[in-house]
Amino acid sequence: MMQLFRRHPQLQAAALMFPGAFWLIAFFLIPLAIMGVISFMSRDALGDPAPPYTLNNYLDIFRDVRFNPSISLDGGFTVRLIEGLYVDLFWRSLWLSLISTVITLLIAFPVALFMARLPRRYRNLALFAVMIPFWTNFLVRTYALQFMLRGNGPINTLLRALGLAPIELLFTPTAVMLGLVYGNLPFMILPLYTSLEKFDWTMIEAAQDLGANAWQAFRRVMLPLVSPGVVAGSILTFVPAVGSYVTVDLMGGGRTNMIGYSIAQQFSTIANWPFGSAMALLMMIVVTVAAVLYFRSSRGEQRTIV
Amino acid sequence: MSEFAVEMHNVTKVFGDVVAVDHVTMGIRQNEFFAMLGPSGCGKTTSLRLIAGFERPTTGEIFIDGKPVGNTPPFQRDVNTVFQSYALFPHMTVEQNVGFGLEMKGTPHAELKRRVMQALELVRLPHLATRYPHQMSGGQQQRVALARALVNRPKVLLLDEPLGALDAKLRKEMQLELKTLQREIGITFVFVTHDQEEALSMSDRIAVFSRGKVLQIGTPLEIYERPNCRFVADFIGETNFIEGTVSEVRNGFAVLQSNGRTFVGRAGENVQPGIPAVLSVRPEKVQLVEQPATSVNSYDVRVMSVAYVGSDTRVVVRLGEQDIDVWEQNSVSTLDPNYFFAPGETAWLTFPPENALILTD
Ligand SMILES: Nc1ncnc2c1ncn2[C@@H]1O[C@H](COP(=O)(O)OP(=O)(O)OP(=O)(O)O)[C@@H](O)[C@H]1O
Ligand SMILES: [Mg+2]
Repeated sequence: MMQLFRRHPQLQAAALMFPGAFWLIAFFLIPLAIMGVISFMSRDALGDPAPPYTLNNYLDIFRDVRFNPSISLDGGFTVRLIEGLYVDLFWRSLWLSLISTVITLLIAFPVALFMARLPRRYRNLALFAVMIPFWTNFLVRTYALQFMLRGNGPINTLLRALGLAPIELLFTPTAVMLGLVYGNLPFMILPLYTSLEKFDWTMIEAAQDLGANAWQAFRRVMLPLVSPGVVAGSILTFVPAVGSYVTVDLMGGGRTNMIGYSIAQQFSTIANWPFGSAMALLMMIVVTVAAVLYFRSSRGEQRTIV
Repeated sequence: MSEFAVEMHNVTKVFGDVVAVDHVTMGIRQNEFFAMLGPSGCGKTTSLRLIAGFERPTTGEIFIDGKPVGNTPPFQRDVNTVFQSYALFPHMTVEQNVGFGLEMKGTPHAELKRRVMQALELVRLPHLATRYPHQMSGGQQQRVALARALVNRPKVLLLDEPLGALDAKLRKEMQLELKTLQREIGITFVFVTHDQEEALSMSDRIAVFSRGKVLQIGTPLEIYERPNCRFVADFIGETNFIEGTVSEVRNGFAVLQSNGRTFVGRAGENVQPGIPAVLSVRPEKVQLVEQPATSVNSYDVRVMSVAYVGSDTRVVVRLGEQDIDVWEQNSVSTLDPNYFFAPGETAWLTFPPENALILTD
């Protein structure tokens, strides 16, 4: 066996890859293929997926699309060109996810920076602190957050004690946003921290020495050099946000819909698997394209011209 | 224009309980090649960082071109730094690295391009303009760092051991290049090094540091021939020390009593009768003879070893309890195998008083 490997290194590589490859094929590619097939099926009398094969599920997503440029402030600032039930849903999900990613990034960056600048012996402690929330189930944490935002929860109690009017937070787009940012923060902090910890601070001194002020040194030297962390963190935040279900359900209370939540409904209460599959696949494609575009543009970031 | 490009007035920098720079006062003249020399940890880098503005003095004041810098941030100081690690921006090409400073000042594109190419020509690298730092050798990176600083035409260029990472041969070449460059463009260079040979051969003046203090500032000749204390004599070049007590000081000369022997040498700073002191005499300034011509500074010694090292022959002799190095330059006459004493033989060691210096400990 060992001799065989020594003679054929490719074989050894294949053997090492086998468990991972098997796992991915069995539990990712095959279900994905099944879903792909279902997305082209119709429904039989009982509502189960069945032939004949059709494009209708995909067409249904776009069936009600009208051209209607508009700007709205609902659920954050949104600009759109076309309108339609599902197209809106897609657009809004991407938009909310984008905003939540930007907010998460803005909050996470100073935290990661602070952690990376701590004396070495405190850094692991800080990392540990960032990971503590993972010890509690996400669902439980989201319920706790829900409790915080309630009409008679701690936030409104505090507001009332200060003589201010209570605000309605729960089951609003703001609550969903809050939930998304809260849930994704560690996934942004960790890759950012990894990049920032490796960052060579004499680069900043060199930039300042050459006449760059703090912002220019950050923008032209630090950001490009830590961009792998920014990209990784943003993708780890954005992608799950688009498909999020628990947060949308518990924080939005069904009133702020996002695509992940809608897909879940197609598979559960509405029981329209073919349509749900079509939506899920389309979402996957959209998110992949968005992530690839982002990845490309950030590669360009590192090669700005004089 | 002030006489001095940079002045430090009684500057002290304390980190926690470490005094990195201790009451340093010095003036670096316009267009001078000024070296800061000293062993590791003596505060050279900290002094440079204080001038560049990366550190603030705990007490004291720094002047650049006659004006106090106070809390001026680094990016507003008319000085540029060549970092020991070069600190080139890895995500930018050579051209972009060199152009960075001009870009920050908002230099128009055409002028920027022209000056970048000029700077690259100065360091003989115009053909590598589009390379990235990781695609270049250490020596090339070093020159890019130099071009990146020089392109801004600073009043003062600060260099922190810029040749430290280069191998011996390249180092020698770059020393020459740097010196030539400095003369050509005529700006002040403040050059940090812990290599005394480098400092001696390149500088107009040298400041010798020890434990945060400046011990002596002077030309290479002054530092080498007239060190003002034992540390400087020891740190710069090779020397023999003979310890003893001063018995007399007269007409600029001092007499040292050491283990029953009497030595005479030039009196260094603060040498007074009765104090413990040390006589310093360089190996090349000591002779070995069969019969002493004078009775001053002449004692019989035992030859311990003789080593031919090409340019000179190095002899170690024993004087009482201690070894003394004697170097004689080789010439045609010294090639005779019988010219030097052989190990085990007895000889007379002698040196004229003006070749020795008596220093406080
Ligand atoms: N940021 C800092 N925090 C604490 N101590 C420091 C700091 N920077 C320097 N020191 C201390 O100050 C002293 C002088 O350091 P400095 O870097 O100036 O030495 P140096 O002469 O440049 O030495 P080398 O030749 O090794 O580069 C050292 O004892 C060093 O440990
Ligand atoms: Mg140093």
